[in-house]
This record gives sequence, structure tokens and C-alpha cells, in this order.
Amino acid sequence: MRLERVLENPEQVKKLRRIFYVTLALLVGIDFFIHREHAIFFWDSIPGFSALFGFISCVLIIIVSKVIGHAGLMKREDYYDLPAEGEVEDGTAHVRGARHD
Amino acid sequence: MINWLHPGLLLIFGALLVPFLKGRVKQGYLVLLPSAAFVNLVLTAPGRYGVVHFLGQELVFGRVDRLSLIFGYVFTLMAAIGMVYALHVKEDRQHLAALVYVGASLGVVFAGDYFSLFIFWEMMAFSSVFLIWSQKWKEAAGAGFRYILVHTFGGVALLGGIVLIAVTQGSITFGPNHASGLAFWLILIGFILNAAVPPLHAWLADAYPEATVTGAVFLCAFTTKTAVYVLVRAFSGTEILIYLGVAMALYGVIYAVLENDIRRLLAYHIISQVGYMVAGVGIGTEMAQNGSVAHAFSHILYKALLFMGAGAVIYATGRRKLTELGGLYKTMPITLTLYMIGGFSISAFPLFSGFVSKSMVVAAGAEQHLPGVVLLLTLASSGTFLHTGLKLPYYIFFGKDAGIQAKEPPLNMLIGMGLAAFLCIAIGLFPDLLYRYLPYPVHFHPYTGDHVVGALSILLFTALGFFLLLKQLDPEPTISLDTDWFYRIGGRKFLWLADHPIAAYEGFVSEMYRTMVIRPMKRVVLLCRRFDVEVIDGAVNAVGRGVFGGGWLSNVFENYIIYGFINLLGYANHVGARIFRRLQTGSVHNYAMIIIIGFFILVNIYILFKDRFPSFMLVVK
Repeated sequence: MRLERVLENPEQVKKLRRIFYVTLALLVGIDFFIHREHAIFFWDSIPGFSALFGFISCVLIIIVSKVIGHAGLMKREDYYDLPAEGEVEDGTAHVRGARHD
Repeated sequence: MINWLHPGLLLIFGALLVPFLKGRVKQGYLVLLPSAAFVNLVLTAPGRYGVVHFLGQELVFGRVDRLSLIFGYVFTLMAAIGMVYALHVKEDRQHLAALVYVGASLGVVFAGDYFSLFIFWEMMAFSSVFLIWSQKWKEAAGAGFRYILVHTFGGVALLGGIVLIAVTQGSITFGPNHASGLAFWLILIGFILNAAVPPLHAWLADAYPEATVTGAVFLCAFTTKTAVYVLVRAFSGTEILIYLGVAMALYGVIYAVLENDIRRLLAYHIISQVGYMVAGVGIGTEMAQNGSVAHAFSHILYKALLFMGAGAVIYATGRRKLTELGGLYKTMPITLTLYMIGGFSISAFPLFSGFVSKSMVVAAGAEQHLPGVVLLLTLASSGTFLHTGLKLPYYIFFGKDAGIQAKEPPLNMLIGMGLAAFLCIAIGLFPDLLYRYLPYPVHFHPYTGDHVVGALSILLFTALGFFLLLKQLDPEPTISLDTDWFYRIGGRKFLWLADHPIAAYEGFVSEMYRTMVIRPMKRVVLLCRRFDVEVIDGAVNAVGRGVFGGGWLSNVFENYIIYGFINLLGYANHVGARIFRRLQTGSVHNYAMIIIIGFFILVNIYILFKDRFPSFMLVVK
């Protein structure tokens, strides 16, 4: 299959990456000249704002979510199958709190 | 009623025929039934149909206007597509549950009064749960029970609100909500629970990923979208919904980062996407309402497509976790292509359906000068592409090859996905196809130069961020705690409470009763006996012997009158004790029941006699 040939070939992957970067640069470039029909907020008329906002959003979402997740939201997969605290009298009752690393 | 065939009732009653059909006939029937409902709706003119008078109230089963019609169109369309996808399923009960579920959703959409709305509302929950219970793995049973319990809670809240409205306003017409106070909040809670608004959302992410491959496709389309419909109908312009909607949009995105189960990740994105619709309802302008409805329409199609794609992967591989998948693009290229059309649609890429509907809600927020809403919703849309358009397909179809020998799913599944993908692109290319059916006239043009460039910039720079931070995003084999923790672990703690402290309390009360009441009573009885034998008998004997000198009369008197009297007393005491012993079981719940019954009797006595003997009654009017 063609897609397989492209993705398994480092040369081709490098080429794809270059196309991607050129597209990004083009988008920001066009943004300087595009006619703005609805500039409601001040940022609507800043060229390249969407690009920057998209990038920052993505990074923020990944970092903030992972921080929240590792602060205690993420538990091992058998979390709900373990006995609840108080159900087991011996020291294993606190297994639930253990995080999977 | 005569000149209009209710599409919901058509599906519900039509479903009853399914078990009697076989083979090709059954398959044809399963697709034809929702298609017939769709054609029936296309031919329906707006109006009021199926008006029934019941218990002094007017029930309207067919309120057909532009708002209910567009939901009717997409529901019946989706049902037909979902049925094509589910044709290979042999179990009749899944088909039955799906058809009744869709029929009930249509019942809600066309209900003109709260009473019939409530009936269909409950029917939705109780039919859809079978789509979860039909799944074979062990988590499904528990998830189904939690699903039905949470929906019962929502239904009770809704019913409470309806009763309050019926009592205070005397009318149960379902329309813009003018209730205040408790009734307003109860109905809102009932509605937003089905819309999966946090913190009442956990049922969705808990249950949908446990449903069958085909069942989840139906589930993801109807419950939340009927909730959006009733919110548009009743709560347009309710300000709190703006904030709840924006919070939802972000909440789903954050959890999607952490999620490892492919359909649970998609489920969190339902919450995120419904957030746009809820925010649109909160903004409440004509454009915002149009946006909510349009987004519901396109969301149903692309979300179903995504669930179909994820379902196809589960069907083909038997695996549901990102950590266990990878490299499937070689063996499932058609599934990948169709999935990506859904991914581009939900991400609002130009030329795909999400672009023409999501931007309408955001633009409505901009028009009302809500900068925070606009920025946060834009941020959430970056997250949408990050997960459903990049992370999920990357780790399923590319990434590290998991070496799975998979093949494409059956043809009917691919056709179902193809139909949904076709509609996603059609709406994206020709937005007027959708816009012309929206409830209000549309003055919005999605394809302007700045809008297209802006949207593409956000999406492609999100992709840049994704590839740069790829290592951070590697899925982890974990689950994430959500608000269902409170009833999953909380419920267990409650059970533990019932087992331990409450049982201990009951034991304590019984023990107290034994030492404080029964033992002293026994002692008193013993004393009485001794008094009886030693004092009274002695006295009687003495009297008998001393006064009458052992005469015949004395004997008669003693045997028949005094002993008789004492025996009678004793016997009565004996019988009484037997009766009372039965009442005194020493267990707390029996006493509680006796107290309740007694209270009930007292209240009844009071009500019966309060007019006849006003002076006896303690309560003074």
C-alpha cells in the first residue's frame, strides 16, 4: 500500500514534515493580508493571533490536564474492584490510594 | 391523530414485529422502519396533532414545528444509519431496545405537554439500558445499573418539577419555562442531567463505553440531544447555562487527555461538544439557538461516525485501550479513512460539518460580546482536534505497532459509516442543506476568508503542539476518577455503614432493651407470683379456715369465687403477655414500622374526627 511505503520511509516522512511546516508558515503569512469581515474583539485584527492561540491552547491543555491527572485523578485500572477503605481490617486497606506509575 | 402517524409510536410498535421476522426480511425491515419514519416526517406539515384529553389535562403528542421537525429528521436519519451498522447483530433484544429508544426520543421531541414528555423521557432510559446490558464483559452490568439509577434520580427531579408546575400553574403545557424557585430548578436538573452537565455527567462516561459496539452508536446520539432539544425549548436565555456549557466544553477536554479507553475518550468529547450546545442555549439569541440546533444535528452524525469507527476497531481486535492498540492503518485503511472524516468534522475543519455549526455558537457569543466565552470555546475546540483528530487515530492506527492481525469489519458496518461520512461532508460543503431547516432564519456565512484562515491556523498549530509534545501524550493504563466516585465508592461506604454501625446500633438497642425492660419485668412478675402464693393464698386460707372453720361454704367460696377470680386474672395476664411478646421482637425496624403504622392511624383518626370533635383535637386552627 502507498501510505505504508510513505510512512515506513524516513526520507518520505521528512518530506511530509517539511510540507507541514511550509503550510504553517503560509497560513501565518496569509493572515497578514486577509480581509477581516467581523473584527469584534481587539485580537481579531492581530495577524497570527489564531496560530499562536491554537498552539498555546494545545500546550496548555496537555500540561494542565496531565498535572491534574497525576495529582490524584488517575488511578490504577482495578481501582473500583479493590475493597473500599474500612472493608479490610488489615494494612492493605490503603492500596486504593496507590498510584500506578 | 388520524391524519398524522407519530414517528415515535411507529418505531415503538414497529419494533414489536422484529422477533417474528427472519433473515433478509428482518434486515430490510430494520432499515425500512426508521426510513419510513423519516419520510413520514418530511411529509408532515407543522401543526398540532394527537391532542388527547386526560384527567382534565390536555396532552399533545404531536407538537410539530420547525424546532421539533429538525430534531425529528436527524433522529430518524441517524436511526436508519445506526440500523445499517447493526444489521449483523443477531440478538433481537438489541434491535428492540434501539428502536424503542429512538421512538421514545422522538416522543420527547414531539411532546407538547410535560406529562407525555415525562413518559417518553423514562421510556428512553429504560430501553437504552438494554444496549448496555447486552454487552458481555463484566463491567457492563454494573455500569448499566448505575446508568439506570442516575437516570431515575433525574426522572424523579423532573417529575417533582412537573407536579409543582401542574399545581401552581394549573397547566402542564411544555414551552418556555416561566416557573420560579423549586419547580424551575427541579426541571432544569432533570434536563441537564440528561445533557450530561457536570457534576451530573458521570453516567455518560461511565456507561457508554460499556455498551455493545452497535449499542453505543445509538446511545451517543439520542439522550444528550433530546436534552439539548428540551433545553432550547424551555430554557433559552438562562444565563447559568452559558457558564455550565463552557465548563462542560473544557471538562470533557481535560478528561480526554487522561483517558485510555477509546470509547470513553469519545464519551468525554460528547460532554465537551454538548457544552457548545448548552452554552448556545444559555446565550439564547436566535443565532445562538440556531447554532445549538445546527451543532446538535451535525454532532449526532459525526459522533456516531466516530463511535462506529471506534466500535469497528473493538469489533475487529477485541481491544478497547490505546495502550494495547497501534499500527492498524495497514489492515484497516477504510475504517481509518471514514473515522478521520468524523475526526475532521468534530474538529470543525473547513469543508466538514462541524465547521458550519460549531462556529455559529461561537459567533453568537461574539455577537453578544462575551470575550471569555469565545476564547474558552475556541480553546476547547483546539482540544477536540488534539484528541479525536490526532491522539486517538495516532495511537490506534499509527504509533507503535501492536502486531494485531485485524481485518476490516463487515460490509454493513462500513456502509453505515460511509453514510454518516457522506452526510458530514455534504453538510460541510453545502451548509444551506442544514441551515434552511433551522428554527430561525440564518444570517451567517461560515466560509469567509478570515474565518477559514483563523480556523485552519488554530487547528494546524494545535497539530504542531501535538507532534512536539507527543511523548507527553503517550497513553497510560489508568482510569480517572470522576464524580461517579461518589456513588461507586460512596455507595459502598454506605453499605459498610449499614453493615457495621447501624447493625451495632441495633444490637445495642436490643441489649439495652433486654437489661432495662425484660429483666426488671421478669423480676416484677416473680415478685407478683411470690406475693400471690405466699400472701394472698395464705390470707385466703387463713380467712377460709379461721372464719368459716373448714365449712362447705368456705370451700365453695374459695374454689370457685376467689381462685376463679385469681385464675381468671392470671389467664388474662397470660394471654396478654403472649400477644405483647409477639410485638416485642427487639428489632429496631419492627418498632419503626409499628411507630409509622401508629402514626398513620393517628393521622387518620385526626382527619376523620377533626370536624366532629374539634375540642378533642390538640391542634388548634
